[in-house]
Amino acid sequence: MEDLSFHHQARSRAGGTRQMAIIGVVASGNLEVLAERVLPETECRLEIKTAAEGFGEVWDAVVADFVERYSPGGLKFSINDGGARPDTVSLRLAQAVRLMAEDEQ
Amino acid sequence: MRNWQQGRQARDARIEAGAKLAKGKIVEARDATRLMEAVIRPGDRVCLEGDNQKQADLLCRALLAVDLAKVNGLHMVQSGIVLPEHLDLFDRGVAKRLDYAYSGPQSARIARMLFGGKIELGAVHTYLELFARYFIDLTPQVALIAAVSADRDGNLYTGPNTEDTPTVVEATAFKNGVVIAQVNEIVDKVPRVDIPADRVQFVVEADKPFFVEPLFTRDPGAITEGQILTAMLAIKAIYAPYGVQRLNHGIGFSTAAIELLLPTCGERLGLKGKVASHFALNPHPALIPAIESGWVEQIHCFGSEVGMDDYIRARSDVFFTGPDGSLRSNRAFCQTAGLYACDMFIGSTLQIDLRGNSSTVTTSRIAGFGGAPNMGADARGRRHPSTPWLQAGREADPDGSALLRRGRKLVVQIGETFGEKNAPLFVEKLDALALAEKLKLDLAPVMIYGDDVTHIVTEEGVANLLLCRDANEREQAIRGVAGYTDVGRNRDKKMVQHLRERGVIRRPEDLGIDPLDADRSMLAARSIKDLVRWSGGLYAPPSQFRNW
Repeated sequence: MEDLSFHHQARSRAGGTRQMAIIGVVASGNLEVLAERVLPETECRLEIKTAAEGFGEVWDAVVADFVERYSPGGLKFSINDGGARPDTVSLRLAQAVRLMAEDEQ
Repeated sequence: MRNWQQGRQARDARIEAGAKLAKGKIVEARDATRLMEAVIRPGDRVCLEGDNQKQADLLCRALLAVDLAKVNGLHMVQSGIVLPEHLDLFDRGVAKRLDYAYSGPQSARIARMLFGGKIELGAVHTYLELFARYFIDLTPQVALIAAVSADRDGNLYTGPNTEDTPTVVEATAFKNGVVIAQVNEIVDKVPRVDIPADRVQFVVEADKPFFVEPLFTRDPGAITEGQILTAMLAIKAIYAPYGVQRLNHGIGFSTAAIELLLPTCGERLGLKGKVASHFALNPHPALIPAIESGWVEQIHCFGSEVGMDDYIRARSDVFFTGPDGSLRSNRAFCQTAGLYACDMFIGSTLQIDLRGNSSTVTTSRIAGFGGAPNMGADARGRRHPSTPWLQAGREADPDGSALLRRGRKLVVQIGETFGEKNAPLFVEKLDALALAEKLKLDLAPVMIYGDDVTHIVTEEGVANLLLCRDANEREQAIRGVAGYTDVGRNRDKKMVQHLRERGVIRRPEDLGIDPLDADRSMLAARSIKDLVRWSGGLYAPPSQFRNW
């Protein structure tokens, strides 16, 4: 196991009003993402627990591109990773932002 | 005075020796090894029919059991090294030298045996190449083939898996060779004559049907969102703008996803009738929904597929079938069709380097080539024009004279940036090079050469290499779709951005595709059972694919 943490400034606040969302599953080659709207509007934080060690640089690149593309301001992401491939990580993060963009039910 | 009939006399002597074990042409299975010892001479070139799918397994075991004092040091010339017994022949010393095309299931062991010097390797070929050499410098003295049934004269019915048989028999029978067939049954009248009796000298009735492997069945249930995304990208960025009607698909999950998206995504894009209508392709079960929705006009097949017989029989407007109603496949003709009459090949690979060379060889596995290099290569002898071929030629050479400019076949490599066990698809140096150095080969086993590749599709986007004007642009276009692999992360960001502005690289958003829409609900069938339903119950999947 390895713990990674990333902190970014986002261009703008993530859309929607939903406070919390979960997507994905903890399984080999997959990951679970918990998104919470708990940070100031232009901040974004990701806390990652990953089963695969030594991929810090790849995570850094995936996270930077994600923040650039989706501007998830105000969101904190907690991730349980079962050694997912980078494209799967990008997809789950994007799915989490889309869920948060829905209105609170 | 020179004797110009030595080959014929040798052949007659072999037949005479074998005839002592036969009643007419029929030899009992228990005498098969004695037949081998009677007919085969030490050092003979032997084609033991090992096709992509169909295996002459009884004759293989019979050959393996020969007395080494009588039969040894054979030169095997066969397209597929598929059964463990194919390699046992070399371990035992029955055979010594090998020329072949494909060794999928035995890829690890064949690599070990080549390193250990157990096999003297001629070359690893493509199918067409090996077939061609059957007629020039690798003509078999003896062919051991497989068919479904024979009559008492020796007329053979191959069933849907005709595959390599006509080619092997043609080369052997008309150049003083001896043809021995194993058949599942001897009948009074064969359903159709695939091989005429005068080309067959001996027939052995097997105790059980020859082995056939279901190689082309992809369970829609195992298709991932990433594969769906790459499939959507390919349809929008390649099938649609080039209007590709005549094509060949590889056997991976990404192309299975394309087949299952035609009736959904393709239909919404208004592409029906405009793309994917004529195929050189095995009967892929994943194509059933597209066929049933009226997309596909015609398919010529290399081989068949387990469970598809009744479906094919009921869809003779689409498939090539005999007067008996069953499929007639033919690997040599279908390979030729794929090479000369198709405008696109699209398939997956294991490694792609910075020049676009691709290989399925790793340092511990030599899978061989099969047909991919013929499908995935520009046919330099092609002379007939077609819209996609001319358009690709124009993109590669916009300033050339239209009347003198060669067209280009679309050769598309599709895959996810990371494959099984997170192995990167993109590498600085192919494992094939390390292998060539280790085995001291004259030529590294490259499946598709970079100068033939026109497009690379990954979940990151589509790189159109036709539009690259120099090696550096080409390298950056490849890096630009290589995602988070080392190759991808070492891209020149500015140059990749520039290539994107020129349309050399197109991201999902450039094509109006939201990666979040790549959902399994888009597949026309999401399980094997769905495919059975689409077929109206005609498709009978093999047991390993039934989970109900």
